[in-house]
Amino acid sequence: MEKFVLKYFNLIRTIIAIAIGIIISIFVIYVISKNPGFSLKSFLLGPFLSKGRLGNLIETASPIIFCGLAISIPFQAEQFNIGAEGALFIGAAIGTAFAVSTSMPMIIHIPLVLLVAGLVGAFWGFIPGILKAKWNASELVASLMLNYVAYFLGLYIINYHFRDKAAGYLVSYQLPKTAWLSQFVPGTRIHWGIVIAFVFAILVYFFLYHTTLGYEIRMTGFNLHFSRYGGINVFKVIIISQVIGGFIAGIAGMTEVMGIHRRFNWQMSPGYGWDGVVVAIIGRNHPISIIFASLFLAYLRVGGQVLNLLSDIPSEVVTVIEAIIILLITAEAFLEQWRYRITIKEAERKEVEHEPAS
Amino acid sequence: MSPLLKSIISPDFGFAILRVMTPILYPAIGVAISALAGSINIALEGIMLVSAFTGVMVSAFTGNLFLALIMGILAGVGLSALLGYFHLKLKANIILAAIALNMFASGMTIFLLYIFAHDKGTSSSLKSLVFPSYQIPVIKDIPILGRIISGHNILTYFALISVVIFYYIIYKTPLGLRIRAVGQNPDAAESVGVNVNKIKMYSLLLSGVFGALGGLYLSMGYVSWFARDMTAGRGFIAIAASALGGNLPLGTFFGSLLFGIVNALAIYLASLEVPSEFIQMIPYVATIAALAIYSIQAMSKTKRRKRISEESTT
Repeated sequence: MEKFVLKYFNLIRTIIAIAIGIIISIFVIYVISKNPGFSLKSFLLGPFLSKGRLGNLIETASPIIFCGLAISIPFQAEQFNIGAEGALFIGAAIGTAFAVSTSMPMIIHIPLVLLVAGLVGAFWGFIPGILKAKWNASELVASLMLNYVAYFLGLYIINYHFRDKAAGYLVSYQLPKTAWLSQFVPGTRIHWGIVIAFVFAILVYFFLYHTTLGYEIRMTGFNLHFSRYGGINVFKVIIISQVIGGFIAGIAGMTEVMGIHRRFNWQMSPGYGWDGVVVAIIGRNHPISIIFASLFLAYLRVGGQVLNLLSDIPSEVVTVIEAIIILLITAEAFLEQWRYRITIKEAERKEVEHEPAS
Repeated sequence: MSPLLKSIISPDFGFAILRVMTPILYPAIGVAISALAGSINIALEGIMLVSAFTGVMVSAFTGNLFLALIMGILAGVGLSALLGYFHLKLKANIILAAIALNMFASGMTIFLLYIFAHDKGTSSSLKSLVFPSYQIPVIKDIPILGRIISGHNILTYFALISVVIFYYIIYKTPLGLRIRAVGQNPDAAESVGVNVNKIKMYSLLLSGVFGALGGLYLSMGYVSWFARDMTAGRGFIAIAASALGGNLPLGTFFGSLLFGIVNALAIYLASLEVPSEFIQMIPYVATIAALAIYSIQAMSKTKRRKRISEESTT
């Protein structure tokens, strides 16, 4: 038992944090709702009760997985670039502009549009990267500001140059069919984006844990001065980790446009970049854990929507739960006392076992 | 003379600068105080939101302006105490904890707004009080200058006074000395008996007070209602404003003034035939440019210092 706890301590801690978050939400719903039983059922079981909602869950998870990966790579290098939101928005806007003004066969069009969106996102990651690497400017502030720049620039591009005036509301022209990611589960909007997201998660896992550059990224995050002393080109790592993050975030937005709406229809920033921060923290920057964290977050989101729709509780309760969960997970000392006691117990037990032998 | 130029050199423009600068100056002072102690508070966005919300709610339900002020400040300080507790006691990374608290503030205020005002957008259905404006006696009769400086909200004047208070705390009090010592070298401070965590906590709490005042001004002075996410990134711009001024009192003031000017300009330019998206982009682009320039300067300064110290040792 003790051994098990020590081995999976981080996982157990994460699960306890999630449990506390959910218990608080149950408590809040119970206190506020006029019909708590029904509200709780809508929130906790709602996402599983119909095929459409289950589909919703998968659809929602797809861009969050991308953004989680996008955030996790700079985070692994201890670069607090939280510009995934901006990279996603501007990537999707320029990607859409590119898609509607070109026509070519599907087999080239889809990868090319994704590549354009990714490169735009990569550029968005490059700016804070170079500022940090060269002049030690805070990548946090730069990436935050770039989120706003991306938002306004993206709106300008779509609303002034690619707006479909026939649509009646503020959206871009529809993408040509050759740039659509098809939806392959009847009755839902699940599209190839989720498959691409899984592929990216595996690629990122391989990149971070089985390549030299990935190793250098993790080492830089572990100890920058030591890495520099050990001959790692920290300058390169700082920039590249943010560029790759931006690239993945750019693709994230584009797959949403290509798979769900087939037009650029965001007038508000969709917030997936921030969700990416959340799942990167819950998944401790590990690509495979991020998939599970994203599915969990999507479950909370869909539950929140059902709650909003069917009961008297606003969906923002989910944001509050997310915040509590992240706070508990980032709190290194949370449950540390417990681990300490178990470690001592385990050590004492070992000592007792070894004594007769000596 | 072009109409734009005419409106920019009018006293109204000067008035607008002070008005839009206020909700940046308060959190900028908050960021600066926390940064001086070495643990930068990026949760001011959330602190401003909870204070703006609490102020409106308390004033709407009690009709007591003073109580709204006190509760608003307590709400903001409470959130920064939470940040301090998680960062200093539970060893959370301060940036990640602050991101979580910003989310918490955004979600919580919208959630409670819906519970109390049955609206997820604004609190306009509730009647909120506002802090009064003040005509400065003598000064209001001076031509031009009077129209720029006089007639502002009380909280705008207090923001300017806060710069002085900030200066006084940092340079004239034992606490200020300890804050600077902890920020410059926590180990050295610890070795002479300063409780580093306690000082960091104090600086975070102070930063919460200033952030709270900024939030209160936003919902009870700048406008007279609460709107979801109404801080619109001011808590983040404040980080840039204080960084621009090297986290020092006068520097923070001028950093905020710069953003005040750019923001006021954006409002005035909005009447022109330029797409509004471009104008709204200006402050953020300016922040990045300013951040880059500041960092380049700081970098060359440390390089120079290094060279000098190397030369003197050899």
